[in-house]
Amino acid sequence: MYLLNDETALIQTLDFFTPIVDDPYLFGQIAAANSLSDVYAMGGKPLTAMNIVTFPVCKLSAEVLLAILSGGQQKIAEAGAVMVGGHTIDDDEPKYGLSVTGVAPPAKILTNAGARPGDVLILTKAVGTGVLYTALRAELFPQGVAAAAQSMAQLNRYAAEVMAHFPVHACTDITGFGLLGHAYEMASASEVDLEIDSRAIPLLPEAAEAAEVGLIPAGAYANREYLKSVEFHSAVPVNLQDLLFDPQTSGGLLISLPGCEASGFLQQARAAGVLVAACIGSVTGKGTGKIHVK
Amino acid sequence: MSNELKSKLVELNCQGLACPQPVIMTKKALEQKPAEMTVLVDNLAAKENVAKFAASSGYGVSIENADGIYRLNLLAKQTAVNVAAGKELAADSEAPAILLGRNTLGTGSEELGAILMKSFFVSLLELSQLPRAVMLINSGVYLAVTDSPVLQPLQELSRRGVAVMVCGTCLDYFSLKEKLAVGEVTNMYSILRELTRAGNTITL
Repeated sequence: MYLLNDETALIQTLDFFTPIVDDPYLFGQIAAANSLSDVYAMGGKPLTAMNIVTFPVCKLSAEVLLAILSGGQQKIAEAGAVMVGGHTIDDDEPKYGLSVTGVAPPAKILTNAGARPGDVLILTKAVGTGVLYTALRAELFPQGVAAAAQSMAQLNRYAAEVMAHFPVHACTDITGFGLLGHAYEMASASEVDLEIDSRAIPLLPEAAEAAEVGLIPAGAYANREYLKSVEFHSAVPVNLQDLLFDPQTSGGLLISLPGCEASGFLQQARAAGVLVAACIGSVTGKGTGKIHVK
Repeated sequence: MSNELKSKLVELNCQGLACPQPVIMTKKALEQKPAEMTVLVDNLAAKENVAKFAASSGYGVSIENADGIYRLNLLAKQTAVNVAAGKELAADSEAPAILLGRNTLGTGSEELGAILMKSFFVSLLELSQLPRAVMLINSGVYLAVTDSPVLQPLQELSRRGVAVMVCGTCLDYFSLKEKLAVGEVTNMYSILRELTRAGNTITL
């Protein structure tokens, strides 16, 4: 983030990764949505994007590359941004993503620090993409896998536009550290403790079943190992716990806002097409980033 | 990968394989409905995942850990009660469940209590009817970790289809999660389900 002048802060972000779905166009959409997400999480609007591409020219055809880039372009256009170039190199496996420049009024920039006691936590996308990606590789739970792909391809734009109308205190997007990992980062930066209701968390279809049969990525265990400040009520089933540590790709926004604003926010979010948005917990008081999950 | 049939025992070597290969291979092997099977893995995620898969497929799981190689011994459950998934098939409601709230038996002398606990498990194996479940809470979870004096009889019980249920909250409290060597990590809800089923519970 860079303060250009009193009215404008520049936001710069980039991300890219290997395919997580078989369809190249869908992969392009997901990778682009993922790269654009950070700008939305900071309360900004994307302006321009550049493609970052690695591609095995000898192994895959040009049509595949074209499909990936078309998927990316669709998302960039949907975000109201402009694709201004990019760079491609030859590599053993394909990777795709974007470098994005966005803007925000400095007074409206959101970080993950600033959550306050009395705030409610809202999550705008369902959880379970890591588990369902593992299911994809095991050729199981195809319905869940398809739902996960659609969810990952959604832009956080619509949730971010609703945020602009509310006095949001803190925001972060949910990615590789899982819901609890990013919630911990927010809580620790804000110097508060959180309570999360495991039963309120929106889950992708078949994610719970996939977690129950052990289709859990190694990253979920790494996240669980790293996060020592999370305490579970004894009734939270293991598969649900695993989902809360599940690393997400192109996840939703985790928003901390005053409790009295929550129902208004949810109403507007759902009207804007963010149907899954739900209250998942609250900021219980000043603290050190402890999270109690009931 | 090796898939040798030793009499009726199938051993699946999943060492060196990344997730979800160990689960996929275990799934394929369990489709043949073996009475028992052993799976070898070399990392924590694979161990957890194969154990979860096996449990959800109606197999009791006991785990040995030697030099970073996990040996998961799977045994088809006689009672076919799948506590993890909450599914109940034909249940042997006559066999009691045993709830152990500590790792010693009786009060008066801790040393004697430990000796009694060893003797208790050895005798338990000789009963004509095994309990349907052994539930471990509070310091009872020490009985299920790698250096437990009753690890062998507990593993044998698990092999024979007795559900060994180890309280996860307790394992965390005593920082024993990584040392669990037998049974499934469960929570109070699952333990309560077991306690309130038909059949006696013996609390020691």
